[in-house]
Amino acid sequence: MDRIMSLDAQIATLRADIGAAVAAAGDEAAIEAVRVSALGKKGSVSALLATLGGIAPEERKSAGAAINGLKTEVTALIEAKAGELAKSALDARLAAERVDVTLPVRPAPTAEGRIHPVSQVIDEITAIFSDMGFSIAEGPDIETDWYNFTALNFPEGHPAREMHDTFFMAPAPDGVKRVLRTHTSPVQIRTMLNTNEKPAAPYLTPTIDPPIRVVMPGRTYRHDSDQTHTPMFHQVEGLVIDKSSHIGQLRWVLEEFLKAFFEVDDVTLRFRPSFFPFTEPSMEVDVQCDRSGPEVKIGEGNDWLEILGCGMVHPNVLRNCGLDPDVYQGFAWGMGIDRIAMLKYGMNDLRAFFDADKRWLDHYGFRPLDLPTLFGGLSS
Amino acid sequence: MKFTLDWLKEHLDTTASAEEVGKALTMIGLEVEEIVDPAEKLRPFVVAHVVEAKPHPNSDHLNVCKVDAGTGTIIDVVCGAPNARTGMKSVFAPPGTYIPGKDFTLKAGVVIRGEKSDGMLCSAAELELSNDHDGIIELPADAPVGMPYVEYAKLGNTVIDISITPNRGDATGVYGVARDLAAFGLGTLKPTDMSPVPSKGPSPIPALPHNFAAGEPKAIRKFAGRYFKSIKNGPSPDWLQQRLRAVGLRPINTVVDITNLVSLGWGRPLHAYDADKIVGQPVLRVAKPGEEFDALDNKIYALDETMTVIADDQGPLCLGGIMGGIRSGVTEGTVNVLMECASWDPDLIAQTGRRTGIVSDARYRLERHVDPALTEPGLELATRLMLEMVGGQAMEPVISGEDVFPNTVVEFPLSEVKRLTGLETSATEIEAILSRLGFRLEGTGNTRKVQVPSWRPDITMKADLAEEVMRMVGVDNVPTDPLPRLNHVATRMLTTLQNRRRIARRTLAARGLDEAVTWSFIPEAEARRFGGGKPELKLANPIASELTDMRPSLLPGLLAAAQRNTNRGFADLKLFEIGQVFHSVLPEGQRTYAAGIRLGGSRHWQAQNGQVSVFDAKADIAALLDAMGHDIDKLQLVAESASWSHPGRGGRVQLGPKVVIGWFGEVHPSELQAFDLVGPIAAFELDLDAIPEPRRRPTRSKPALKLSDLMPLNRDFAFLVDRDVAAATILRAARGADKALITDVGVFDVFEGKGVPEGKKSVGIAVTLQPTEKTLTDEEIDAVSQAVVAAVTKATGGTLRT
Repeated sequence: MDRIMSLDAQIATLRADIGAAVAAAGDEAAIEAVRVSALGKKGSVSALLATLGGIAPEERKSAGAAINGLKTEVTALIEAKAGELAKSALDARLAAERVDVTLPVRPAPTAEGRIHPVSQVIDEITAIFSDMGFSIAEGPDIETDWYNFTALNFPEGHPAREMHDTFFMAPAPDGVKRVLRTHTSPVQIRTMLNTNEKPAAPYLTPTIDPPIRVVMPGRTYRHDSDQTHTPMFHQVEGLVIDKSSHIGQLRWVLEEFLKAFFEVDDVTLRFRPSFFPFTEPSMEVDVQCDRSGPEVKIGEGNDWLEILGCGMVHPNVLRNCGLDPDVYQGFAWGMGIDRIAMLKYGMNDLRAFFDADKRWLDHYGFRPLDLPTLFGGLSS
Repeated sequence: MKFTLDWLKEHLDTTASAEEVGKALTMIGLEVEEIVDPAEKLRPFVVAHVVEAKPHPNSDHLNVCKVDAGTGTIIDVVCGAPNARTGMKSVFAPPGTYIPGKDFTLKAGVVIRGEKSDGMLCSAAELELSNDHDGIIELPADAPVGMPYVEYAKLGNTVIDISITPNRGDATGVYGVARDLAAFGLGTLKPTDMSPVPSKGPSPIPALPHNFAAGEPKAIRKFAGRYFKSIKNGPSPDWLQQRLRAVGLRPINTVVDITNLVSLGWGRPLHAYDADKIVGQPVLRVAKPGEEFDALDNKIYALDETMTVIADDQGPLCLGGIMGGIRSGVTEGTVNVLMECASWDPDLIAQTGRRTGIVSDARYRLERHVDPALTEPGLELATRLMLEMVGGQAMEPVISGEDVFPNTVVEFPLSEVKRLTGLETSATEIEAILSRLGFRLEGTGNTRKVQVPSWRPDITMKADLAEEVMRMVGVDNVPTDPLPRLNHVATRMLTTLQNRRRIARRTLAARGLDEAVTWSFIPEAEARRFGGGKPELKLANPIASELTDMRPSLLPGLLAAAQRNTNRGFADLKLFEIGQVFHSVLPEGQRTYAAGIRLGGSRHWQAQNGQVSVFDAKADIAALLDAMGHDIDKLQLVAESASWSHPGRGGRVQLGPKVVIGWFGEVHPSELQAFDLVGPIAAFELDLDAIPEPRRRPTRSKPALKLSDLMPLNRDFAFLVDRDVAAATILRAARGADKALITDVGVFDVFEGKGVPEGKKSVGIAVTLQPTEKTLTDEEIDAVSQAVVAAVTKATGGTLRT
């Protein structure tokens, strides 16, 4: 009875002592020390458990239950406290680790770099025409007089040559007259002729036999400079050659293109007969727009804005490219890339396109991953 | 070309309004630039009665007037005109009226020296009707008070300005415009009487001989002249003066005004000589080289032997088809006139026009081809106008030379209209349209013989006739027709190189660079410094003296852009451009390059070092190459700088020993100075055309991926090497130590300074070993490590740091 009472007393004392120690433990190290002193190999509870061996078998069961009860109780108590202390330690650490999240981060490079509107618009044009089965053709900026004028049916001395305000190159050792191309039309000749069969330069597109469907964007030059004219600008031309294409289809292509490009449901075009040496019949095209406000609205309003020139490829041009005009026919058109970019995106000074003013590029430029596609939309 | 609505209606019987005429003109290819009613701005001016005019109490030259402008109340007006007087009729402008001749708008309730003035009595100059500003307009006593002055004076005369394409010489006269509108159906053309007028005897000046040697450029085809004796010249009648003024011409005297009337009205330029100033027999000949000509525009031109002149014993009287001379110019005192109506070679007129730079109404028309059927009739028309307005006697016309009539006949299949335009038009309609335009059709069936009228030399072939039909039907009436698809799913549109350029652009922008587009032409000095300056790459006629050479490199343009931005206060810049550079005038010498620059560097709390370096440029070029499927570490890298870069901080990328594809580096201080920029600037240039296309493979399948189950392990080494040993040499040696096991070698540290001897550097490399068969034993790892140390030591002469 004494022994039992004594065990009970010991348990009670231990419970009280450990309880007090747990309560006193102020940090994770202290509670660990309490755990070791109670439940470690040499701990007080472990020591009491070790006395079980000396207890009479008939009493061992109840004594074991009592001591194990104490152990369970003490373990739980210590774990609870340890958990509590770990949490407050973590809280303290996290509190110390607080930073000012309002500090600005370094801008992502993709947030800084911008694509020039001319490149973006060329990609937009490419996206639309690729859906209609066109490819891109290109040619050199320094062209021979033959490619730029003669092959395109500009008679020598004709006033139409003068309308072009041509930049002439200084004489070259080979004696060939060269100019800075005044339009991208020489690429039409390069495409129809076999000059690109073994590409002399890698960017020249290989020759295509009819049916031909190409668009030709690029830099062009005219000796002219004011707010709406710069000595260098960009043009895109299109060419369709087969055995049946006519003006009805030309109208369709242009209407579909302009609708898609300006991202409007409808455009109204006005076709006016005009004159270009390299097309017959020739037309200029005006697009209906509203210019009453600060922004030009395409597809509504009462104004007309001249936007492109077009026509059926002149029989002489076809002949110059070795195509029989009684067999082959087709149409071509051309427009200013900078001009349609200005119309769509609202820039008003062409000269700024070529000034590389960072403020202008950042404002009118496009994000590098704003890829114009038909499936994702031309502009975001 | 400008003309008034009244003028048009003199040749076209129509009730169409200016707006309807304008619409029709644009539809048929005579594009309307502008329709202006100059009277519109004068609409507020009204006829007024000066009920009373008495001297201003506080002025010795002003009058105080009581004016009745038909408003029901009498208006007080202070007027400074000397002719203001009681009872007169004049023109009154109420407050709020814009006064064109003074360029201001009248205010209400003005007080002039203490007297109220509510409006203004106006002079003709204030209405911009003439230069007469000596007094206010005086109107007859019966002028109805309150009537708008434009109505009273019949000033409503709309001016239509059209632009004429170079092929439409026939529309450079009002008559020709009327003819086109009549064919379109807007009215009926009124014919002009050009029948011969009887002469009063033989011409005192015989026919002008054409004195040309064989092979000389003879611009004259046919010269028709008529001598007018004893005329009475002077200012032309008001209607003619008004008409010329309305289209921007200054009336000179009746004879000169008649030549302008015929030129603008019928597109038939004339020239009048004061016959008494002609010395000897005038002839047609080429000009002598350097021969001086004192032209009517008060400039002296040096002529040459490509130009045709009408000359007398004393030299040129007129530069044929271009402009007359001062010496024989017709003045108000002229009594005898030689009137010229001549036919010229359009190409030679254009050439002379270009060579002299003279822009004249005659040249404008003659270089666009004037109807050869109008040479003598034009002279008869002039005769009628002369006799009517200046009197005198018309002598017998003198004619020399022959006109050229193309007499074109086109074999025209009517189906051509449908083939080229898609327009469904009946044979009857096509015939009717072409007939109205003056074409004569012969034959039946599909193909007709079409005779082209003399005024349409631009029509030479089937397509031209198809255009004429479409023009009259209206292009807007051509039905649209979808272009059939060639493929149901669009095929690839861009070549590899085109796509590369697009990818390069997006890659550089994604690395934070802004895309610039700069001029293709740059100053000669810059071109020279960047490897250009070849004589054949110069422009013969640059737009500005500093933009003379086609660029050999994109960098000068970018550096100039950097300078502009820096001058505006924006010195943190990252710019790139992708475009053509010009190494020769041949297509293969015009190559597409990508180039970029970085300068400045934004101050940021996270930034370690704000300054850019050669490695930024190398990283840009490496990123570009990667975007095109090339690893810069597998290309040949030569530590030699481009001429524009810092000699010790630049390199070039090569494909093999000879083909250089790119350069990178920090811009040379002397370049910085030339562009007035502060460095460092990191720059690169890459020849996109030189990068080979990837090999075409039969499938798009990628090589099989072999993954090891075994962990890779890393070993670090630090070598002490000479300062000028290239890191690439260390890496190459380490990689070669065991090609099977070593999969990667990287540099994790480069150090010079404390603990490292002078002239040496410490390079730390991390070597990755990837076992393939089994886990490596310590002995095996040691063996590889020793091989690495041996290889690097051998290659560099350095030692392992321990």
